[in-house]
Amino acid sequence: MPTIEIAGKDIDVNEEGFLTKYDQWDEAIAKVLAEQIGVEMTDEHWKIVNFLRSDFKSAGETATSRRVQVVGGFPIKEQFVLFPKKPAKKMAYIAGLPKPKGCV
Amino acid sequence: MTMTMTKPSIVPNFGSDDAPTRKMAIICSKGNLDMAYPGLILANAALGEGVELHLFFTFWGFDMITKSRMEHLQFSPAGNTALHMPGGDAHIPQALAPAMTGMATKMLKKQIADLGVPEVPDFLDQIVAAGGHLWACRMSADMNKLELADLRDDVEGIISASDFIEMTDGAQLLFI
Repeated sequence: MPTIEIAGKDIDVNEEGFLTKYDQWDEAIAKVLAEQIGVEMTDEHWKIVNFLRSDFKSAGETATSRRVQVVGGFPIKEQFVLFPKKPAKKMAYIAGLPKPKGCV
Repeated sequence: MTMTMTKPSIVPNFGSDDAPTRKMAIICSKGNLDMAYPGLILANAALGEGVELHLFFTFWGFDMITKSRMEHLQFSPAGNTALHMPGGDAHIPQALAPAMTGMATKMLKKQIADLGVPEVPDFLDQIVAAGGHLWACRMSADMNKLELADLRDDVEGIISASDFIEMTDGAQLLFI
């Protein structure tokens, strides 16, 4: 697995660029990741990213869009506005988590 | 975009927000509970990948969008020899299968709910919220004597087969 430099730190990523170590993530890194995929972080973006981070810690896997709506309380529509086209993957990427595995 | 921070050297390719999208149309022709799901799961996945998505409901699939029926889809083991006793490989005897619809429906609903997958009407809500389009088949509406008012409010129209063909120009098609 490659190691790359993000915001001045050495970070482990997979071949697609998703972070592979939960604890290597911080907000400065998230900002770079977001900018890199054309997302400008607002308070609303941070709320979702922070939900994903804490949900991953307790659930052991990345929340799907469905779960972000049902458990996190962020409507699907809003997810598509904040992270256009591919919300689930973009949210996971910025949150430094693996792509969601669930089908729904 | 001006980059002021260090650029990660490996960035996932999420495509461009304004690039022309892939387009997909799924024809839902079945009204059994188990056969309602494949189309919905794929539709939802397609939308999550930024694909333009159209669902076309026809024949028995009409039950999925008919207000008075959409909450009552059923699953029957009759005619389905791939249905096994819970937790094993033993087949459910086909002679008994017709009597088991109620129980089988209840069990399937529970299994689906346990996975965090919504019921059909709720799932369609999610699909529409994600930008999916719902269409009803003209002939099925006529056969069932149903009008737009009888269908989910977010069904965009009752359209003919040729309307559908025209609308799905360039789309990938799936018949379920």
